[in-house]
Amino acid sequence: MQKRLLVLGAGTAGTMIANKLRRRLDVGTWDITIVDRDDVHPYQPGYLFLPFGTYSPKQVTRSRHRFLPDHVDFVIGEVDVIDPAASKVTLVGGRELPYDYLVIASGTSPRPDQTPGMLGAEWRRSIFDFFTLDGSMALAEALRHFDHGRLVVHIADMPIKCPVAPLEFTFLADAWLRKQGLRDRVELVYVTPLPGAFTKPIASERLGSMLDDRKIVVEADFLVEHIDPETKTLVSYDEREIPFDLLVTIPINMGADFVARSGLGDELNYVAVDKHTLLSKVWPNIFAVGDASDIPASKAGSVAHFAVDIFVDNFLEHVAGKPMTGSFDGHANCFIESGDGKGLLIDFNYDTEPLPGSYPVPYIGPMKLLKETRANHLGKLAFRWIYWNILLPGRRMPVPTLMSMAGKTVPTTTSSTPSPTD
Amino acid sequence: MPVTTLAGHQIHVDAEGFLTDPAEWDEDLARVLAEQIGLTLTDEHMAAVRFLRADFATQGETATLRRISTVGGIPIKQLFALFPQKPAKKIAYVAGLPKPHGCV
Ligand SMILES: Cc1cc2nc3c(=O)[nH]c(=O)nc-3n(C[C@H](O)[C@H](O)[C@H](O)COP(=O)(O)OP(=O)(O)OC[C@H]3O[C@@H](n4cnc5c(N)ncnc54)[C@H](O)[C@@H]3O)c2cc1C
Repeated sequence: MQKRLLVLGAGTAGTMIANKLRRRLDVGTWDITIVDRDDVHPYQPGYLFLPFGTYSPKQVTRSRHRFLPDHVDFVIGEVDVIDPAASKVTLVGGRELPYDYLVIASGTSPRPDQTPGMLGAEWRRSIFDFFTLDGSMALAEALRHFDHGRLVVHIADMPIKCPVAPLEFTFLADAWLRKQGLRDRVELVYVTPLPGAFTKPIASERLGSMLDDRKIVVEADFLVEHIDPETKTLVSYDEREIPFDLLVTIPINMGADFVARSGLGDELNYVAVDKHTLLSKVWPNIFAVGDASDIPASKAGSVAHFAVDIFVDNFLEHVAGKPMTGSFDGHANCFIESGDGKGLLIDFNYDTEPLPGSYPVPYIGPMKLLKETRANHLGKLAFRWIYWNILLPGRRMPVPTLMSMAGKTVPTTTSSTPSPTD
Repeated sequence: MPVTTLAGHQIHVDAEGFLTDPAEWDEDLARVLAEQIGLTLTDEHMAAVRFLRADFATQGETATLRRISTVGGIPIKQLFALFPQKPAKKIAYVAGLPKPHGCV
């Protein structure tokens, strides 16, 4: 009997998995099927650049099937529900896809419907997101007409995919406004539910001082309750108010609704898995890889990439009835654009926060960690090519899968003793 | 890991004062911890604290505000009223649990 592997989602993680496993699973014994709702694969990191005209939409989309290998069945359809007890998936319209093993790789998406007032009269008039292709394009148009006022960049709640993206947008907006000669006429405000610029202390301090240098006002610990579209104001649960002329928001991010419908999701529709093996905590034949899982790592393409490397070997052991020997460490590696042709790079995992140093080669680099350099910016731009040509086809990247401490320095001075009320 | 004594309780804490061993906690200690951050516990406070403890026991992680509201049924607005400014961190502190690291 043919064995059936079914992958839900042909995005970053699903596409890599289909490519890598097709090479490792014998065509004579294994069928691989992958499902997505359409045939347009977006390069999501490119959405950051669209509002500033650096990229055009053509540069950030390709057809999904171009990246899938022979002998993988690509089904276009909307997943409706998983029946884990019966090991089958039903698509909207009723088509059923039975499986022996299932990989949930359906990612996470911005949900403006979750914040009252966001989708009101001001949506795409003065309220924009850039986490979707059409949102990013609409924002590009709005920026062309924006010449003075309060520009507020806002995160509704964590976790979000690419947690540095809103900071990058803010830095790029600052540089772009300076270039247009408009910076003096614009007040830039960064609103976050976090206590500072980023989640981890050393990076947060570094990035926070970069915001200060650029005269960007930070409103921390701000958890939005609703938006008043009439007065164009963000209102928090503790009744603070932040007015805006142009709001660039990162709506609440949530996993796919079918995950919740299938009884597999937490309160944000993420699938509960073991953080080292990505195997479901409930079902021994279901994995969740990429943004769809609840692992306490950044939701990022780099995390998906490193996790897939571990997952593939583990999967082969698992289906052979052996214990899984690979252990994912939560490795993330993210470029942070900082404007004016420069950028930073951070490299971290479950246990180690982003530290200064060089990457991937100790002392040499060419990339510097937590430091603004031109090489980091060029690395970020080169990544689009790498994504299409190396990452998605599942070719080997010349960087280690697990995070390495080589080349990193642990600062000795720690800031003043924090307290639970800081 | 520093050891400290609070109103007769010997406890292990991290650099920020969060308990590192949830088993050292009881409701009596919760009142003492709450005083440390200027709170007097009422039944409403305790409802949130008890949910966090029970949820941690099954999930192994400190619940986020969203989880306390959707799963525990206590509206976020009320959590802000009870534990002003930084409710997630404050409830975890009073409940003797690690601070929520849902945000990465
Ligand atoms: C603005 C922005 C900037 C970013 N920058 C970076 C960066 O610099 N570096 C980095 O590492 N990461 C970055 N990311 C994050 C990165 O794009 C994601 O983390 C990555 O794509 C996650 O891969 P995934 O396979 O888990 O999900 P995705 O690639 O999002 O794929 C999920 C797929 O599932 C499909 N799907 C979902 N529900 C259904 C359904 N019901 N039926 C059928 N199909 C369904 C979707 O159509 C989608 O194709 C950025 C993201 C954004 C939005």
